[in-house]
Amino acid sequence: MPPKTLYEKIWDSHVVHEEAGKPALIYIDRHLIHEGTSPQAFAGLGAEGRKVRRPDLTFAVMDHSVPTKDRTLPIIDTAARLQFEALEKNCRETGVRLFDMNSRNQGIVHIIGPELGLTQPGQTIVCGDSHTSTHGAFGTLAFGIGTSEVEHVLATQCLVQSRSKTLHILVEGKRPRGVTAKDIILAIIGKIGISGGTGHVAEYGGEAIRDLSMDGRMTVCNMTIEGGARAGMIAPDETTFAYMEGRPFVPRGKAFEEAVAGWKKLTSDEGAKFDMTVELEAQDLAPQVTWGTNPGMVTSVTGRVPEPGSFHDPNDQKATESALKYMGLKAGTPIVDIPVDRVFIGSCTNSRLDDLRAAAHLVAGKHVAHSIKQALIVPGSRGIKAQAEKEGLDKIFRDAGFEWRDAGCSMCIGMNADVLPPHERSASTSNRNFEGRQGKDSRTHLVSPVMAAAAAIAGHFVDVRSLDVSTVE
Amino acid sequence: MEPFNTHTGMVMPLDRVNVDTDQMVPKQFLKALTRQGFGRILFYDWRYLPGERPNPEFVLNFPRYEGASVLLARHNFGCGSSREHAPWGVKDYGFRVIIAPSYADIFYNNCFKNGILPASLSEEQVEELFQRTEKEEGYMLTVNLPNQTVADRHGLMFRFDLAPSRKEVLLKGLDDIGTSLQHETDITSYEKAHGATATMYEAVDVKNYVNARQ
Ligand code: SF4
Repeated sequence: MPPKTLYEKIWDSHVVHEEAGKPALIYIDRHLIHEGTSPQAFAGLGAEGRKVRRPDLTFAVMDHSVPTKDRTLPIIDTAARLQFEALEKNCRETGVRLFDMNSRNQGIVHIIGPELGLTQPGQTIVCGDSHTSTHGAFGTLAFGIGTSEVEHVLATQCLVQSRSKTLHILVEGKRPRGVTAKDIILAIIGKIGISGGTGHVAEYGGEAIRDLSMDGRMTVCNMTIEGGARAGMIAPDETTFAYMEGRPFVPRGKAFEEAVAGWKKLTSDEGAKFDMTVELEAQDLAPQVTWGTNPGMVTSVTGRVPEPGSFHDPNDQKATESALKYMGLKAGTPIVDIPVDRVFIGSCTNSRLDDLRAAAHLVAGKHVAHSIKQALIVPGSRGIKAQAEKEGLDKIFRDAGFEWRDAGCSMCIGMNADVLPPHERSASTSNRNFEGRQGKDSRTHLVSPVMAAAAAIAGHFVDVRSLDVSTVE
Repeated sequence: MEPFNTHTGMVMPLDRVNVDTDQMVPKQFLKALTRQGFGRILFYDWRYLPGERPNPEFVLNFPRYEGASVLLARHNFGCGSSREHAPWGVKDYGFRVIIAPSYADIFYNNCFKNGILPASLSEEQVEELFQRTEKEEGYMLTVNLPNQTVADRHGLMFRFDLAPSRKEVLLKGLDDIGTSLQHETDITSYEKAHGATATMYEAVDVKNYVNARQ
């Protein structure tokens, strides 16, 4: 048998039906849904008199529009409330399990899947959300789909898909202190561009990737979609298995050992061919900060806001000009001179325990700068929130002047009350800096949790490597 | 779904690279429960000034492009969020065809679920169309799906590539789900052979408690 990539192994084991020259029907092991992209799918299903085929493989959660303050209060946003009610009703009627906003296991859909052990190596996972790529950190084939496809999976537990091309991203060597998983993925996107991975499924490898914790690996896979690749994956290893053991949906005892033995085969074979390969040296990387209106508009913290003229392609020049105008930035400004109004540490990219621990260690005993209007910490799930509180992180953050909130998407997308006001500038650990993403006319700079924490303390961006803190790694 | 065969319509140019779906339908409109009405808010933040006054500087509001049904766009159109609200908005506004050098994967896929033809031409061909649209008021294109061509009334004709299976979906207006359900036996035997479950070994706080563990 010719050597296969990890992607090909998972693909081949999920083909339900295939005809030459046509897309295949592939089986879906986990279907995750949320209030935002599912109501029309359930409505479509009902209109055709179709049923949910496998409610037992479908999991729903409320995350995008949930309030992060007091959940005992009534929801004043009528449209959001109607969506929650619709999800609740749809799940009740079809038997789909629902983590509603009062569940102690509620959280952002891509956080709770892995946290509860729903996400397991070798699976296919889909969700009506582009950051489904996150789950690929466990060696799964996981990608975002549209609402019509959500309806398709509800009805058939399958999806019509064409094989993707494969992209191998190797990050070799040791990560320097202060350089996190977020910086690695931002640097990759900066290198390949936001459409560099289009049509591909990416697999990450190399020492710097292997050295990452599961939390870090999820950060990398999460932002794969920002480089255009629909899915990103990392072969499971001891780090993966150690993370998984004992989680609610993960097999126990002997069954676990058997599962692990199977999961160990989920690697790309020696000599497997990829359609494209990208290589980076971890030691060359510095902390990253975006300056523009897409995640590829990024530079090192030691850099400056670029001149539009420094780009070769006239399209890039135009895009840079319009980005600088939107961002209210002058070309040539050193990144560290950019002042910040608000800080957001959260989102499915960077709201896991590792992220909160690193940020907390950095701010311990310090205080948020006077010029900062708001500094928000939004844990990715209520499980993470509870664990962080056990470790006393909430107290560290509160003492330093941060707000400690309940779990949800929050200011990553601003669908609830956590909105970045017009023309204000954020240091945000989320994944998208598109125009209006965090609020109309708001200005987003994507950074790692330690970079965001440092910006909160200083009131502007700082190179965390210059700080005398052991925990910037 | 409404089948697509040929379409003739006026072209509207959107001269920006990397247009993301957040721009097509901003988040505040993601709280809808239906697929209808997204045309009015398509490109909302670019299109409207405070108080929903049309922004005269945005191309969609130029009187010369009123009634356009072919959207001419640049590289990596539709990147970002998977929201199908974006193609719903494009369609509801009245666009049947998009022409661009490249698309982001999820958006491209979503177009076919909604009877929109996303045609891919080369950068040079797209540039040529931008110039012609700029020059000629009311510039029209005829897009012929069976022949895979884009043509104007001055003799210009470009061919575009499209996977045969995609073409068939649009031509016949196929309902994907119906087609897949014809493979019921395959799905059932796959399920028997693989026994996919989601067994809960430790109770979690979830509604509609099911334990597939047997
Ligand atoms: S945290 Fe942001 S990116 Fe992640 S699922 Fe929520 S809205 Fe999407």
